[in-house]
Amino acid sequence: MAIKVVERRPLTLAERTYLPQILAGLKVTWDNMVRPSVTLQYPEERPTIPKNYRGVPTLVMDPNGREKCVSCQLCEFVCPPKAIRITPGEISENATNAHVEKAPKEFEINMLRCIYCGLCQEVCPEEAIFLQSQYSLTGLTRESMVNNKVKLYELGGTLPDGHHKWDKKKEEAEKQAGGGH
Amino acid sequence: MEKLLHDLVLSPEWYFTAARGLTLILIVMTLAGYSVLLERKASAWIQGRLGPNRTIHPLIGWIPFVGTFLAKGGFIQPAADGGKFLFKEDALPGHVRKFYYVLAPIIALAPALAVLVMLPFGEFLYEGKRYAISLTQGADVGVLFMFAISSLGVYGIALAGWSANSKFPFLGAVRGAAQLISYELAMGLSVLTVFLATSAPGQDHGLSLVAMVNAQSGAWNILTQPIAALVFLICVFAETNRHPFDMPESETDLVGGFHTEYGAFKFGIFFVAEYSHMIIGSTLFILMFLGGWHVLPWMPTVGEGWIGSLIGVATFFLKLCFFLFFFVWVRWTLPRFRYDQVMRIGWRVLLPIAVLNLLAYFAWYALRG
Repeated sequence: MAIKVVERRPLTLAERTYLPQILAGLKVTWDNMVRPSVTLQYPEERPTIPKNYRGVPTLVMDPNGREKCVSCQLCEFVCPPKAIRITPGEISENATNAHVEKAPKEFEINMLRCIYCGLCQEVCPEEAIFLQSQYSLTGLTRESMVNNKVKLYELGGTLPDGHHKWDKKKEEAEKQAGGGH
Repeated sequence: MEKLLHDLVLSPEWYFTAARGLTLILIVMTLAGYSVLLERKASAWIQGRLGPNRTIHPLIGWIPFVGTFLAKGGFIQPAADGGKFLFKEDALPGHVRKFYYVLAPIIALAPALAVLVMLPFGEFLYEGKRYAISLTQGADVGVLFMFAISSLGVYGIALAGWSANSKFPFLGAVRGAAQLISYELAMGLSVLTVFLATSAPGQDHGLSLVAMVNAQSGAWNILTQPIAALVFLICVFAETNRHPFDMPESETDLVGGFHTEYGAFKFGIFFVAEYSHMIIGSTLFILMFLGGWHVLPWMPTVGEGWIGSLIGVATFFLKLCFFLFFFVWVRWTLPRFRYDQVMRIGWRVLLPIAVLNLLAYFAWYALRG
């Protein structure tokens, strides 16, 4: 292997006095000092959260205000730390969305267990569960760290939906019942 | 006004004497406290942070503009820090030599305050005579006294390191003592050129600091003796144990150096002592090289009468504030020297330079006649 000898030039007199270097260093720190500081005053100023941030998992509704979760329990099965617990329930016969048949009676996510992995969001066939921008979750008791269904919808709100899957199914069923083609 | 100023400075009445002493101690202690704040603020700015900006007392926090300003500037922080030190448990470790352990912080602080006796920081004219604004009218031995006493501060460090009975403080104390001895020589030699300049033949000022300042009413000594000024400045950094020469403390290799075993208010006293020494070192540099209370080179005073002397005092404190800032600025710029480098700089660089510089000035004054 060829050896490359690095030239080491002896220091000049000015360099050996340290003084020019010290002055240059003082200038560097001075420049830093007059630059505006980058501190974020946290509780008053909040950081901007990027769109794809994986915060606290939440349940969302579609733009019509229908809860999207059909309690298929896929998220419950896939959840690595077993943070999700779903009690499935039925939708009553005379509701407008009766054809969806199922909705969760209770939906609990234990935030003391949740590891924010996002598998629930990935696995959900209904696009009903999303990890959104909420990043600071605190509580004073263990119970308060378990998000129930009401809390989850409160956190999740409504997200735009391009599919309207169940509306289309309903239309189709009505068309077929009406003796379409 | 002139009469009052005169009384404040010169009157031998006991209450005026007490007022003078108290004022000076208050000023210096406040300055020391606020240079801690300056240290924290400037280091924060240099590192792109904000520094202490939340501390506020509820009683003043509600005042619309002032409250916010005080909080943002961190102006209550020194009081909060002091209060914290005061109310912390004053632990006395079982393995220390108790008497000396308690004595050490006192010995560290006392010389710094004692030196103030000789410190002149202004001058005024009264009935045709010039008086120094100082506790002792700028006695003739001013410089000698200041040098002699301010160096005693290292006894506090040595005693703290020894009495703590623990290896890191001990190493810090030994380093501190060695460093002080090394740099005291170069410091003294660099100052001799200033003595030469002020007590030239035909002048009877001797070693008075006031005379030194007045000899600089034209060019300041930093302009006529730049090398001596530089050597002295470096030595001041070393003597006050400031970066890049903070051998006794060097947190990274000696935990906390000589004050590793100290806590609560005793540590606070060490802290104040360090900053008081910075103040003393800065005032010495200002008085001997930077024209003291003279506003600009070749422009000793601005304004007449007591206004002029007040402007002079303000100038002095402005220079002092700049110097305190400079100490901080250097600290957050330069890394610490290694111990052997400190010794090499002291003995093999600064000492020869100081000697040669002194010889050169000797020769020059001799040839000039």
